[in-house]
Amino acid sequence: MRLEKRAERSVKMAIASPFIALALTVVSAALIFAMRGDNPFYALYVYFIEPLTALWTVEQVLVKAAPLVLIGAGLAVAYRANVWNIGAEGQLTAGAICAGAIPILFPTWQSPLTLLSMLVMGIVGGMAWGAIPAYLRNRFHANEILTSLMLVYVVQLFLDWLVRGPWRDPQGFNFPKSITFSDWQLLPYLTSGIHAGVIISLLVALALGFVMTRTLKGFEITVTGHSLRAARFSGFSEKHTVMFCMLLSGGLAGLAGAIEISSVVGQLQPQISPGYGFAAIIVAFLGRLNPIGAIFAGLLLALSYIGGEAVQTALQIPDKITRVIQGILLFYVLACDTLILYRFTSGAKA
Amino acid sequence: MEIFLTLLTIVMTAATPLLLAALGETVTERSGVLNLGVEGMMIMGAVGGFGGAYLSGNPWVGVFFSIVGGMFMALLFGILTLQLLANQVATGLALTLLGLGLSALLGESFVGQPGVKLPTVSGIDPLIPFSIIMVGVVSWLLFRSKAGLIIRAVGNSHASAHALGYNVIAVRFCCVLFGGAMSGLAGGYLSLVYTPQWVENMSAGKGWIALALVVFASWLPLRVLAGAYLFGTISILSFVFQAMSLGIPSQLLSSLPYIGTILALVVISGNKALTRRNTPASLGQPFVPDR
Amino acid sequence: MKKILMTAAAAAMMLGAASASSQAEALKACWVYIGPIGDFGWTYQHHQGLEAVKKELGDKVETAYAENIPEADSEKTFERFAREGCKVIYGTSFGYMEPMLKVAKKFPDVKFEHATGYKTADNMGTYNAKFHEGRYVIGQIAAKMSKTGTAGYIASFPIPEVVSGINAFMLGAQSVNPDFKVKVIWANTWFDPAKEADAAKVLLSQGADIMSQHTDSTAPLQVVQEAGKLGFGQASDMIKFAPKAQMTAIVDNWAPHYIKSVKAVMDGTWKAGQVWSGMAEGEVVMAPYTNLPDDVAKMAAETAEAIKTGKLNPFGGKITKQDGTEVETVDDGMILGMNWYVKGVDDKLPQ
Repeated sequence: MRLEKRAERSVKMAIASPFIALALTVVSAALIFAMRGDNPFYALYVYFIEPLTALWTVEQVLVKAAPLVLIGAGLAVAYRANVWNIGAEGQLTAGAICAGAIPILFPTWQSPLTLLSMLVMGIVGGMAWGAIPAYLRNRFHANEILTSLMLVYVVQLFLDWLVRGPWRDPQGFNFPKSITFSDWQLLPYLTSGIHAGVIISLLVALALGFVMTRTLKGFEITVTGHSLRAARFSGFSEKHTVMFCMLLSGGLAGLAGAIEISSVVGQLQPQISPGYGFAAIIVAFLGRLNPIGAIFAGLLLALSYIGGEAVQTALQIPDKITRVIQGILLFYVLACDTLILYRFTSGAKA
Repeated sequence: MEIFLTLLTIVMTAATPLLLAALGETVTERSGVLNLGVEGMMIMGAVGGFGGAYLSGNPWVGVFFSIVGGMFMALLFGILTLQLLANQVATGLALTLLGLGLSALLGESFVGQPGVKLPTVSGIDPLIPFSIIMVGVVSWLLFRSKAGLIIRAVGNSHASAHALGYNVIAVRFCCVLFGGAMSGLAGGYLSLVYTPQWVENMSAGKGWIALALVVFASWLPLRVLAGAYLFGTISILSFVFQAMSLGIPSQLLSSLPYIGTILALVVISGNKALTRRNTPASLGQPFVPDR
Repeated sequence: MKKILMTAAAAAMMLGAASASSQAEALKACWVYIGPIGDFGWTYQHHQGLEAVKKELGDKVETAYAENIPEADSEKTFERFAREGCKVIYGTSFGYMEPMLKVAKKFPDVKFEHATGYKTADNMGTYNAKFHEGRYVIGQIAAKMSKTGTAGYIASFPIPEVVSGINAFMLGAQSVNPDFKVKVIWANTWFDPAKEADAAKVLLSQGADIMSQHTDSTAPLQVVQEAGKLGFGQASDMIKFAPKAQMTAIVDNWAPHYIKSVKAVMDGTWKAGQVWSGMAEGEVVMAPYTNLPDDVAKMAAETAEAIKTGKLNPFGGKITKQDGTEVETVDDGMILGMNWYVKGVDDKLPQ
């Protein structure tokens, strides 16, 4: 059995491979449940199906998916160009800090522009934080994987210092949190569970999908990712692409941060995200580095989080299983992806 | 003088897991493979190490199983990236995710149990001198042995190496497994020496630091040693400054190691000649034998 | 127990998630944990409280819990519990405050209790324990047992609970040795064994020979035992990890409160309050005194007894602050919001 490169991408496998991966994951999950002595079918039901059966859980899935899709779509674009932004969590935090500056420093400014400016500041903050690894790569050839990752720790410590010191709520019994934001500083809710951020994420992902497939910029990014030489011959500047991708993915992560603090969290505190910036990396890959794919991948991953919590409370299955299942899912997706570009052959070389 | 020696011992303990993992990853990357799953291999080494020592009562059994744990994850990585030609970055991340979850699952029954510690002599355990010896071994291997020449050739141009008749996949697989063994050992160090217990996620990001150190060191083992000890020193110093009540905000001190790493990365990577000379040119690219 | 839970959960789900649970007999009580129950510290002790409730009330109560729920992501967990038929929900971390308030507003029939917080609602109360009482006792022990007159203190975050703990420790120590010193290191984490171990090693190198901690892992005690020094356990009795080094531990005993609270919900007498109990109610317990000479153990036991019966108040009397000003009386509110040090503490708090 050998792997042989196909003449061209197999469209059949491109569509089938995620389903094969999902099927393999479900089987593996069932095995894990069975080994622990739980009823595998019931556990699978609670994990994957049940969250979709009631409106309130569907809403939870959508709310959870929103930041994953928003950041994941941006990362998908960046990874296409081989710009490996691993620090989205830091850009999210930077965006949240900049967005939070408005209600904290100007608490009485009440206007329809307040919320809008918060979101804009979020984008700006994320872009600024994402620009640093881009600049370091362009100017010093510093590997952006590591610089963006180190910056995550730095900005998180900065946020911690802010909410414990200068931005601490004076009425807060000296606990590390800022003032809670008032109504006009929060995103409106469309239903009892879904806030406007969900729609924003969806629209952004769709827009990015359009950009990638139908605009020159998208072409530029795809070519750069495939071959730097070809890109250079076409007149595309690698440095510009790197900066663009970091600004884009950083800005979207910052926007996600701004959305988080103006919806679910409602203030600034040391921990504003349960790791969305890192989970979005998985979303980008699950979605095959395609912003539209990121929508589905984000929904799937969100489902696995909500389902994981459901099996925790209903069956006392520990949360570690969720992480294992997510890791296995990613493994299978990567393995099955091979079949798109290569095929198995037996016997001697042709 | 005495306090200097005491602090040195503390720094050595802090630096050793970073050194071990970074040395392993250096060899892996020199062969052209970028394995971001160091954190996953480390944590599996930690749970393997603790389990082995706890269940057998002998810490050296733990050391053995920590290596096994790391190599197991490296094996998965190798199959996926070298046989199935999956994207190395994504696979490394998947490895980390899987490792963290799997180790937590395996270690459930170990929680709350005091562990077995490796014997120490005035605060120095056997793995500290071992790690320093390994710096020399890896250095000799990479730059003074034929095997090292092959490894670097594969890492610089896998097509040429293949044309010369070397089995690129096999060479890379060995290097990946070596990286896994060292990362696993680093994890075992955490649960057998550093804090003899098992807690999920106990690697706490050290795998990522080790990855940064490899780049910081321009893939040169001696610089890896310097980097690991530098990072360890800055981390410990932040606590020392606090204990001396210098009034510096603790968050600033805690962020120094990370800022330091970025600065070092910038300075090192900015030296284009050094970087070009040492960066494995095929790093991260999958190798497909066409003929 | 699991089968009953599964059948009940399945039945509830088939009837539709939104409708209230039709369990006529068993009251469902639910806990949300910030960390793993295996942390052998904060969350572990809360879980012991859950087990105590199960033991005490048997079939009359049904319990559920969720662990490792990050604060930023907790609202959906509280909502899930409320919808799954929990009649009382306990949130065991400060950061759950706002999410709990939000969900409490949506589910007025469900009772909520928030640990270590300060915001309440008609159906949401707070509960906390007077850990600082235990700190006073160990402060006295530290001053008696230290040969260098300096203790090391591994602190997590500068919140009032931790600061009042340091102060109480210092006051206890000063009652034995007015020149006692405390060196504080802020680990900026509640739980990170490697970091805590490093902090302990550094403190020992700086001359501290007694270790106290407000972080949750057993690593500092392990380091202390290795170095042949002495220390105190935190949140749980950590003697298993340091049989030669632990002198005592401040044990968080949540069982009395949880049992009382669940019973009150059962009889319908539950009221949203701000409960703050300590040694007197059995919520702060000192672990057995070990590795101590008899007279020191006796002194400690007597101090604990005095605090328990109300004869001794750790923050009683006139207190001199670090900046020199004096405070006549320190009331509960001041302890709950404490952001200043007493005289003698060699550290600066972020303002």
